[in-house]
Amino acid sequence: MSIASTNRMTPYLFLAPAGLVLAFALFYPICYMIYASFLDWNPSQRIGEAEFVGLRNYFKLFGDDAFRESMGVTLKFAAVVVTIEMFLGVGLALLLDRNIRGMSVLRTLFILPMMIAPIVVGLMWRYMYHPTVGIFNKTLKSWGFDGIPWLSDGSWAFASVVIADVWQWTPFIFILSLAALQSLPASAIEASKIDGASGWQQIIYIKLPLMLPVLIVTLLLRLIDSFKVLEVILVMTNGGPGLSTEILSLRINRTASEFRELGEAAAMSNLLLIVLLILTFTMFIYNKAQDARAARLRAVEEEV
Amino acid sequence: MPDIRLQNLRKDYGAVNVIENLNLDMADGEFTVLVGPSGCGKSTTLRMIAGLETVTGGQIMIGDRDVSKLEPKERDLAMVFQDYALYPHMNVAKNMSFALRLARMNKSDIETRVKEVAATLDLTAYLDRKPAELSGGQRQRVAMGRALVRDAGTFLFDEPLSNLDAKLRGQMRAELALMSQRIKKNMIYVTHDQVEAMTLGDKIVVMKFGEIMQAGTPEELYRSPANKFVAGFIGSPTMNFLTAELVEEGGTLSAKGQGFAIPLPDARKASLQAHKDRQIHLGIRPSSFAEGPGGLKMPVILSEYIGAQSVLISELGGERVAIEVNTVAPIRAGETREFTVQGDEVHLFDPKTEAAL
Repeated sequence: MSIASTNRMTPYLFLAPAGLVLAFALFYPICYMIYASFLDWNPSQRIGEAEFVGLRNYFKLFGDDAFRESMGVTLKFAAVVVTIEMFLGVGLALLLDRNIRGMSVLRTLFILPMMIAPIVVGLMWRYMYHPTVGIFNKTLKSWGFDGIPWLSDGSWAFASVVIADVWQWTPFIFILSLAALQSLPASAIEASKIDGASGWQQIIYIKLPLMLPVLIVTLLLRLIDSFKVLEVILVMTNGGPGLSTEILSLRINRTASEFRELGEAAAMSNLLLIVLLILTFTMFIYNKAQDARAARLRAVEEEV
Repeated sequence: MPDIRLQNLRKDYGAVNVIENLNLDMADGEFTVLVGPSGCGKSTTLRMIAGLETVTGGQIMIGDRDVSKLEPKERDLAMVFQDYALYPHMNVAKNMSFALRLARMNKSDIETRVKEVAATLDLTAYLDRKPAELSGGQRQRVAMGRALVRDAGTFLFDEPLSNLDAKLRGQMRAELALMSQRIKKNMIYVTHDQVEAMTLGDKIVVMKFGEIMQAGTPEELYRSPANKFVAGFIGSPTMNFLTAELVEEGGTLSAKGQGFAIPLPDARKASLQAHKDRQIHLGIRPSSFAEGPGGLKMPVILSEYIGAQSVLISELGGERVAIEVNTVAPIRAGETREFTVQGDEVHLFDPKTEAAL
C-alpha cells in the first residue's frame, strides 16, 4: 500500500473503535428489536423458539384501543408540556434578561430542577400530591378548601404529571432562550428603541424573530424528550388512574413485563422510534437548511 | 427644529465618573461634531442625548423641553450606529420602514417615502435584500436611509463611517456633507477622525476625559486652538511642538530655542509680557514652514512624497519636526534646506496649563 493511501486511511483507523462500539451498542439492539417485533415471543422462551408471525403484532396494535389511547395520551402530553414550557421558559428568559444584583444566583437556582434524577422528581411530587399529608392538600385544607384528588382522578392526574414535567423542564428552555437573548446584537435592539418600539414591540418584532432559530431547535429537542418520558410518571401514577396518564413508554414497559408480550412491546417501541426519527430528521433538515442559507449569504457577500 | 442644550450634564458608571459637568449649546439646524480620542466621553454624550444611557445629573434640553428622563422614542430623533445595527431578519425596505410602521403611518405613504429615500441613496435595486446579502457600503447606506425616512428633528451619528475602507469612507463623507446641506436638520456626529470632523462640521467640539477642550467652527479650531491638546488633535499632519523661551532682544519678542529664534509680531507683545523670560511650548504647523533663503538650516531626514505635497521629517531644537512643502522637484533625504517660519503663524502654550497664550 502506498504512503498516500495509508494516510487517507488514517482517520478511518481512528474512527474504527467508536464505529465498532456503535455497531454493537446501537445497531445490534435496534435490529434485534425490529426482528423481535415480527415474533410472538414470551419472556420464558429463547428468541429462537419464538414463532414468526410477520406483521401481526403491528396489525394487532392498530386495532388495540388501549394502544391508541396511550398514543393519544403521549401526543397530548407532549403537546401540552412543550407548549407550556416554551411559553414559560421564553417568558422567564425575556423577564430575567437584565443586570440585577444576585441574578446569577437566581439563574443557577432556576436550573436546579433539571439536574435532579427523574425518579427523585417523581417521588418528590408524589409526596407533595399525597391526598392527606401532601403539602398541596394540607395547605388547601388549612385555608378551608377541599383537598384536590391530584393523582386519583383521571383529569387531575394528567394535570399533575404535566405540572411536574413543566417544573422540571422549563429551566432547559429558559437557559437556552437566555443564551440566545444575550447573544442578540445589542445595537439592533437599541436601534429599535430609537425607531420607537415599546418593550412589547421590541420583543415581538426584534427579539423573538432573531431568537427563532434557537427556539426551533429547543422546541424539537424538548418534543423528542417528552415522547420518551417514563420514570416521573411511572413513580407518580404508574399510568393511572385508568389509562389517563399511560404514555407510550409506560405502555411498552407494561406490555413487556406485565402482559409478557415481548413482540408487541418491540412493535410499539418501533412505532415510537419512527415518531422520534421523524422529529429528529426535521431538526436535521432544519439545521442543514440554516447552514446552507448561511453559506449562500456568505457567498453573496464575498461576491460584492 | 429646535436647538439642543446640554446643561451641567453628568454621567457616572457606578463609582466611575465619565463626564463631570458638560455644557454645550447646539443651534437650530447646526451640524455639530463631537471629536476626541477613544474614552473621551463623546459616544457616551451622544448616547445620553439619544436616551440609550441614563443621565446621572444635569439636563438635556431640546427646544424648551427637558428630555433627559424621556424614552428615546419620545425625543424625536433618528440615529445611525457604528455597526449599522440593521435588523438582520428584515429586508432593506422593512428595515427602512420599521419606524414608520410602528408609527402606524398608512401603507402607501410608507412605500412612497421608502422609495424616495432609497432612490437618493442608490438602494432601489436592493430593497428586497436582507442585510447579510449587502456589502459594507450598502449596509451603511441602508442605516442612513433608515434614519432619513423618518422626519425626525435631530439626527445622531455614532462613528458611522469607521467600519468602511478608506476609499469608501471618503465617498460616504462627501455624500453625508451633501445630505446635510440638503436637509437642514440638527445633526450630532461623533467621530475620532479629525478629517471627518473638519470636513463635515459647522461646529466642532473637541473632547478629552469627559471635558470639552474647545468648541468652535473648523476654522477657529485650526487657526486659534485654545490649548495644546486641540492644536495637536486638529490638523494633519500633526502640529510640531518645541520647547522654547520667550526673550526680548532689541525691542522684539522672540521664541528662542536650541538653534533657532523665531521673532514674534509686535501685536502679541502686550499679551505675552507676563511670560517673558519663561519657558513656553511652541507649536508650528507643518504647513507654516516655507522654503526660502535666510531661514533655518534644517536637515532632511526623511522625505515622504505624497504628490503635490511632500512631508519632510527634519530636526529642530533636538526634536523631530514635520514640514509640509509643495513638491516642485522631489527633495531627497540627506539634503539640508533652509526654511522660514512666520511669527504670526506660530502658536504658544503655557507649559503647565497647556492653554494657548
